[in-house]
Order: sequence, then C-alpha cells, then structure tokens
Amino acid sequence: MDARITLRVDGEERSPTVDTRTTLLDALRDRLGVMSPKKGCDHGQCGACTVLVGGRRVLGCLALAVAHDGAEVVTARGLGALPDGGDGNSGGGLNGNSRNGDGDGERQGPSDDGLHPVQRAFLDHDGLQCGYCTPGQVCSAVGMLAEAAAGHPSHVTDDLTRTGPAVLDDTEIRERMSGNLCRCGAYVNILAAVREQAAVREQAAPARGEAIP
Amino acid sequence: MTGTTTDRAVGTPLPRLDGHAKVTGTAPYAYEQRPDDAHPLHAHPVLATVARGRVRAVRTDDAAAAEGVVAVLTHRNAGPLPDLDGARDGELAVLQSDAVAFRGQCVAVVVAGTPETARHAASLVRVEYDEEPHDTELRADSPSLYAPEQVNPTFATDTDEGDVDAALAAAAVTVDRTYRTPMEHNAPMEPHTAVAVWEPRTDGADAEGTDAEGAKGTEGVRLTLYASTQGAHTVRTTLAPLFGLRPEQVRVVAPHVGGGFGSKGMPHAHDVLAVLCARAVPGRAVKLALTRQQTFPLAGHRTPTIQRLRLGADADGRLTAIAHEVVEHTSTVKEFAEQTAVGTRLMYAAPHRRTRHRLAALDVPVPSWMRAPGEAPGLFALEAAMDELAAAVGLDPVELRLRNDPPVDPESGKPWSGRHLAECLREGARRFGRPGGGAAPGSRVEDGEWVGTGVAASTYPYYAFPGSEALVRYDGGGRWTVRIGAADLGTGSRTALTQIAADALRQPVDAVTVELGDTELPSATVAGGSSGTASWGSAVVAAADAFRAEHGHDPAPGTRASAGTPEDPDAERYARHSFGAQFAEVRVDVDTGEVRVPRMLGVFSVGRVVNPRTARSQFVGGMTMGLSMALHEEGVLDHRTGHTVNHDLTGYHVAAHADVCDVEAVWLDEVDPHVNAMGARGIGEIGIVGAAAAVVNAVHDATGIRVRELPVTPDKLLG
Repeated sequence: MDARITLRVDGEERSPTVDTRTTLLDALRDRLGVMSPKKGCDHGQCGACTVLVGGRRVLGCLALAVAHDGAEVVTARGLGALPDGGDGNSGGGLNGNSRNGDGDGERQGPSDDGLHPVQRAFLDHDGLQCGYCTPGQVCSAVGMLAEAAAGHPSHVTDDLTRTGPAVLDDTEIRERMSGNLCRCGAYVNILAAVREQAAVREQAAPARGEAIP
Repeated sequence: MTGTTTDRAVGTPLPRLDGHAKVTGTAPYAYEQRPDDAHPLHAHPVLATVARGRVRAVRTDDAAAAEGVVAVLTHRNAGPLPDLDGARDGELAVLQSDAVAFRGQCVAVVVAGTPETARHAASLVRVEYDEEPHDTELRADSPSLYAPEQVNPTFATDTDEGDVDAALAAAAVTVDRTYRTPMEHNAPMEPHTAVAVWEPRTDGADAEGTDAEGAKGTEGVRLTLYASTQGAHTVRTTLAPLFGLRPEQVRVVAPHVGGGFGSKGMPHAHDVLAVLCARAVPGRAVKLALTRQQTFPLAGHRTPTIQRLRLGADADGRLTAIAHEVVEHTSTVKEFAEQTAVGTRLMYAAPHRRTRHRLAALDVPVPSWMRAPGEAPGLFALEAAMDELAAAVGLDPVELRLRNDPPVDPESGKPWSGRHLAECLREGARRFGRPGGGAAPGSRVEDGEWVGTGVAASTYPYYAFPGSEALVRYDGGGRWTVRIGAADLGTGSRTALTQIAADALRQPVDAVTVELGDTELPSATVAGGSSGTASWGSAVVAAADAFRAEHGHDPAPGTRASAGTPEDPDAERYARHSFGAQFAEVRVDVDTGEVRVPRMLGVFSVGRVVNPRTARSQFVGGMTMGLSMALHEEGVLDHRTGHTVNHDLTGYHVAAHADVCDVEAVWLDEVDPHVNAMGARGIGEIGIVGAAAAVVNAVHDATGIRVRELPVTPDKLLG
C-alpha cells in the first residue's frame, strides 16, 4: 500500500509516495535521493541514520515515513543552514587547537563554508575517518547539545533534581554520544569536537537564554 | 631510492580533503551512486538456514507473483559463471549448485522495484533442504586438522629452528599456556553494498547479454559495478573472468568506502550476486545492500584461534625457546589460512624456535582478512605469554622485552631496516609510567575498583605491492591532476597521496588533485596490509619524476606522464617491520567485574609519517579496535545450527563511545631509508596489534586473574 506524504527536508518541501512500510530513512534515501543519512544497521543500533526531526535527533531507520507526514527533517546536508550554523557567525573562531596541532588552518576553507559549527569542529579535530557514521554523528551532536541545554539528564547524570542546562563533562558527552557507533574509532576526536562545541555554547548560553537549535 | 620527495607537504597535518563532503554526508558511497537513475531495481538475498546440505526444492512462485517483483534467481536459473581464468573460488560460485556449505550462504535472490517489495518477496521464497550433519566447532584435538600449503599471504606454514623440546626441558623458567580468541567480525559501518549495471551489446544481436553457455553473448557487454571495496582493480580482475568478460568490459567505481578493515579487500558473494541480478535484467541498475545481519556470514570474519605458547628462559629472562602453535578454522568452500604465529617469528631472539599453523575446514562462513590478520590475534597470545614469563622470572615486563630484543631478524638473519621497539617501550614507559607498578597483582583497590596497568609489544610487516601505476597530468593554470585507482576507506589516502604528489611535483598541495577509486584510472593494488601509501605513493613519486624527466619544468597544459611502482632492491636486503609498544590502565569493578580502560598509550615506529593528523587517527582507531577486541567482540556460533546468533551491532558489540576513554598515540620521528621514496612503512594495522594484550595484562595486574580467552567479560573475573 502506498501513501503520499509531505516532508520538509533540509528546507525543501518534498512529497514522495511511499510504501507504508517505508522507514523515514528509506524514504529519504531511496525515494528522495537524500543520501546524507546513512544505513548502517537498519535496527537503531548504530546511529548512522540520525537526523533531526523538529530539532530532535531521531533514528531514521526506526521511524516510519508515514508517521512523519508534515515533519521538518534536517540531515547533515542541511545542518549548515540551521539558525546557529552555517554562516560562521555563531561560535566564531572555531578552528580551535586540536591535539593534532593543525596549526595554520591551511586548506580549511573560509568560515562561510556552509558548515554548522559542529561539523566544522569535526573537521578541525579529525573526528571522522571513513565518514559513513559522520552525518549521523554530527546530527546527533547537534541534537544532544540541544538536549543538554534544555536540561535533559543522561544515564550518567548524578543529580536528577538539578534544573538548568546539563553540565557536559567528558563522561556525559561520551554517554550521550554512545548511540552513534564509529568502527574507525574516531571517538577520541569526536569527543574533542563536541567538547569544544559544548564549551562554546556554555559561554554563549546566558546571552542566548534558550535551547539550541 | 629516488629520494625525490621534499619535506614541504609530507609531514604536515593537512586536514582530510574529503572532510567537507563527509561531514555533510554528500560523499557518495556505493549504494548512493547513480543518483540520476530514478528507478533502479533492488535485490534482496535469501540465505541458507542450514549449515550443510543440499537445496532439495526452491519454491519461488509466491515471490515471483508479488507485485513489483522482476526476477527471482536461484541456482536453477541464475545462469553459469564461466570462470574463464579457472580460479574456482568457492566463495564466489554464487547460485551455481544446490550445495549448502554454511549457514548464511546465498540460495536465492529477489529483484524488485523497491527495497520493501524485494525484502517482502524474499521472505516468500520457500527453500527445502536435505540437511547433512555439520561441524562448526573448532577444537584443538579435532581429527580433521591439516597443515595448509602456506599461510596468508605467502608465509611458510611451519618453521623450526634448533630443538625446542630439549630447550624447554632444560629451561630455568617456562610458560606453557593456551590462549583463545573468538570469531571476530570486521563490521565496517557501511554494510557491503553494490550497484551493478549490465549493459548488453548495442548492435542488436543477442541483446539478452547472456545465454545458457554464459560466456557466449558477452561480446560488447559493458558491466559497471559501484562497489564497496578496498580495491577497484582487484574486484575487476576477479569478477571479469567469472562473468566471461574481458577486464576492459568492466568498470568498477568506488570513490568513497565506509570502512572495510579487510572485509572489502576482495570481492565477496554479494558482488557476484549483484552482477548475476544485473545480468538477468540487462540495462537496469540493480542495487544490492546486505542487511547488517547478512554481512556476518557473507562478508568475511576473523577465524577463532586456539594458540599454545611455550616459552623457555634462563633465570635472567633471556629466552631460550619459543614455540607458538596455532589451531584455527577455515571454510569448506575456500581456504583462508590466517598467519597467526608469523609475528612471533621475528619478535624475540631465541636459539630454539617453532611455529605451527593447523586448520580445520568446518561448515562455517568463509574467513578472510580482518585488520592485522595474523598479528592481531597472534601478538595477543605472545604478549600475554611474555607477561606471564615476566611474572615467572620476576622481571619488569618492559625489561623482559628489552632483554630479548634481537639485533637482527631472528628468522632470516637480515639486518633490520629500522627496529626501534626498545625506544618505543622506553618512551612509552616514560610517558605512561612503568606498567605493573611494582605492587602485587590484585593489591591496588581504589573506589571499589581494582586498578592495574599493562604493556605489550606490537609489530606489523612492511608490505609494498608491485603493480600500481600513476598518471600525472599538468592541467594548465598551475593545476595538476594525479590519477591512480587507489582506495580511501577512511585511511586518508586521498589526502596523503596529495601531499606526496605535491612534494614530488614541487607544488603546493592546493595545486594538486588526486583522483582515485575507479578502474578508469591507472591500475592500483588493494588497500590491504597497510601497503597503500607505500605502493601507491611510490608510483606517484615515480610518475612525477617521469613527468619532470620527459617534460621539464615548463610543461604545456595537457602534458602527462605515467610510471609504475619502482623496483624495490632493499626488499631482499633488509627485514622491514614496524614496531610499537602499547600501554593500558584498567579499572575493574570489584562487585560487577566490569572492566573500564581509562587510558591507553601507543608508541609506534613506522618510518616517516606522511600526515600526522590522519595517521594519529588511524593509530588511535586501531587501538580502539584493539580495546574492543579485548573487552567486547565475540561472534557466537551456535554449533547446533551453525548460526552466528549475535549477528547484529547489539549482539556483536563493538566499542561504543562510552567504552573508550583516553586513547593516545605518538610515534618516533624517523625515516626508514630502506623502504620507498617516502621512507614510510604503513600505519593502518599496527594500532590494533598488541592492544588487547596490553589490556589483558593490565587486567592481571589489577585483579591477579589471568584471562587467556578473549574477550575479557565480567564472568571471567568473577568466577
């Protein structure tokens, strides 16, 4: 059985006809040709398909497309166009010193490279190798930073009565990013990238006064 | 040695050139190719549910009748594989007979208009089997053990020197222990996928593209395969004759590969299956993506091993005898003999030495390469045994290794091109702290956790394969293009080759574009054995040299030159190996037995590092996989059914972010003058080697418990 649905994908309205069994991930990849979210397991075990739906991270392989008729979907391809990303205006100076010592930023491109600051941080810290988990990682990181800003606790949060933004130490970041597997083993660098972005947002948070994105 | 590289780009941490495409998800992997093809077909395989037997009947009527189904292929109608070069690779003889040699073997495939339809229709295929008794269990005393002719890739199966038994009997101190490693799975994040297009001859004759004889009718056919592979040319070389095609009729495209770790080093059944499907629907693109579950039986794995290590030493810890005897499995359709004990042949000096490899051909999926085949499981056992020897002698584990550091290759007697294991161990101990710490094992408890540290040595051979070719073209306007059919599966080879090319051309990196991952480009060897930079980089440097020699310093736009991997005269003169020292700290929960690894340090000696940024990522990634091997990874075969029961990423746990803490890699500043123009020995695999032993040795230091069977799960510490 087929159904016609409407999705707003990376800012563009699309109306695919999908089999009612079609997952959001397969609708994006096989019906709309949006290949940015990846299929790593199709069972919600690896996180490669992570996209933002209404600003929250969602595993595209565990979501039925027809259940998301009318949804606003942002993939890694469209992250740079989010209000806090892409133009390099927020969280500027993000070419922070990674432990790689990538000194002068040669070939890093201009700040208006269309990337979300989290994506920029992944590049700066080499938080990727094969790149297959990466679109999911960056979407997950953006969604996770928003969850933390909104005060969501995690499995390793000690004080569940605390209000206000969650404090993202390394243990918290590792836990909150553990839904995204990376077989190349880039975790150490992903941590550095997310840690940097968490710090940038922590500094910006009082002025901003609201959750991101 | 041409010595033509300068140090301008090589050695600098150039950011990954495909990084932007990867963080946005716009780098196309195999399944994502042909974006303009609005209606590709989708294939879904049907896998055998018995471990051994014959397909008695395949009922495909219901599947074929399902709406949207285009074809259902079984061994009865898939058509023959002419196999022109007679390689008779049993793994690739897909749908060629009714025989089932392992559970998970492909017995049918459905081609349909959508992935949902294909998958549903595949579930409608009814297969009946005549089951036969099977055996999937590896046992050290299996009566079917045999000695393979050689072990991967071309090493001697056995080696003997001196009189090991007499030396062990006379030794002041001995260790005689058996270590086991489980079946392990590569599990790259990109499952194995392929898109195949079989375009029939265009002159109208025999437009079907094939017939009952298979080989006939292939004249004029063009096959395009978008593959998830570590070697586009390897896939072409293997598959073309299988389908009765000449290599030039086949194009294999693989610009981006979502990890492989060996499992994409050679074509597997799914590649053949995709082409069989495409041949059945000529002119249409067929997309085939193995499910994660299907990758477990079909995309290779590391054999389980049973390894007996016997070490004999004098009272000062100087080794007198080393014996490393390995039992491992292979499949019945294709032999893969992992070289598990080969690393032991060169690690330490001893006058009496023996290595053995014995295989049992079981009714199991086909084992294959997995990151550091041989060294990864072999050095786990050797380095755990060395730790046991250090304890038996009462020596510091670093000192034990220093005392047995051989001045020349113990096996060949050749000088080392550069063996710096001692420096790695000393530098690591300086940075990390002396492992063991001096306190008795099991005596240090902090916050309800046993705390301990461990060390292990690491090694990986230098491989450079002949046969790669590079083309250098001056595009005009100060821009250059370098073409080589190499692969970048996340290693950073696209970036490293650009740096090598820039220096060889004496140009800035911005001026050079490297094209790779396509058989339309000059031929390249497989990305395996940590050989890529050496093999391809040498060809690139040679091509740049040739370009300058032919065209001088002021070339006309469009000028080009090609060259292949140059001769390697030092290959016979030197023993060429990389080395490393791995350190780990563990904390083991006293109540639950959970093992955490707060920090790991690897110190490596690998010759010159072309790109410290991507190199560090590879080292750390290898160590992370070693941590995963130590604590998590175990493919569980149910011997009653031959089924890998934990065939997904929850059951087969690979290290997740929360499992990995501080992993640091450093390397010695060196250039190996006896390898290639870059002075680089390769870095892709050494990071995993020894890492598991360091963790296990640390677990012993923490708890006093020797775990000799990976992975170190809590039950082994609480028993």
